Amino acid sequence: MAPRIGVVVFPGTNCEYDVVQAMAAIGGHAELLWHGDSGLSGVDAVVLPGGFAHGDYLRPGALARFSSIMSAVSDFAAAGGPVVGICNGFQVLTEAGLLPGALQKNGRLRFLCQPTRVTVTSTASVLTSGADVGDELVIPINHFSGSYVCDDETLRQLNEGGRVVLRYVENPNGSVDDIAGICNEAGNVVGLMPHPERASSLLLGSDDGLVLLHSLLSAAMVAAAA
Amino acid sequence: MRFSARVEVQLREGIADPEGATIERALPALGFDGVAHVRAGRSFNFEVDAPDEGAARTKATELADRLLANPVIEQSSLELKAL
Repeated sequence: MAPRIGVVVFPGTNCEYDVVQAMAAIGGHAELLWHGDSGLSGVDAVVLPGGFAHGDYLRPGALARFSSIMSAVSDFAAAGGPVVGICNGFQVLTEAGLLPGALQKNGRLRFLCQPTRVTVTSTASVLTSGADVGDELVIPINHFSGSYVCDDETLRQLNEGGRVVLRYVENPNGSVDDIAGICNEAGNVVGLMPHPERASSLLLGSDDGLVLLHSLLSAAMVAAAA
Repeated sequence: MRFSARVEVQLREGIADPEGATIERALPALGFDGVAHVRAGRSFNFEVDAPDEGAARTKATELADRLLANPVIEQSSLELKAL
């Protein structure tokens, strides 16, 4: 049976169907989960997709963090379940305290929507396990608040722990240390600003995101078998 | 008792403030010379019911720290007034 990927929909989320389609195309079974639900219906992995959860009011992710489903997501993450936050989902994960740091407005206040080159800098995560360190991928970004910031101590821990999973080749938004994606200590919670689901077919201009989605699918298979 | 609260949220020192920087860059074109160190922020006003000022302060501070400000990058200050 195909592993089940739960894609969380908040009011204002708008990338959920892209993720569902991309996961289905590689043999996963993705289903939508409503933010007001209290459980995860037994899925094997969770994706918090891009968009504008709760209108991004106050700060991106600030209100989404209080949605009922987030306590289930926290419990699932604490138990080692694969959780990936893409773009707005990354912002939600930092606001929820599941990943350290914060996503601040882009340098020079530019909304960025463009293909971006990123390098895989760690494979010790559920999203990069199938890639090789040094792989260069072209994946689109689409955000206003994607400039990653954290204190020096956190940055040291991220670097020394191999927890920076993706770095920009040319830093587009002012992120500290060119950080495009990070993971938690165990590697089962990952947040990234680029959208791998939008780089899942050559028809979209790039299929470089597939290696990341395949990694997530493998992690979901392992979780399903456990 | 009811108190009116005003919470100001600012980016922490050392955190880049692209909004403040953009405003600052626009000022000379508008004829405002000699203005420096512009920092943007937000303020929130609300009313709190509490038995006394200490309790109102505790509640408003917790609300500011848990929701209105993200302590990773922002700091907040509180003004309280009995109504």
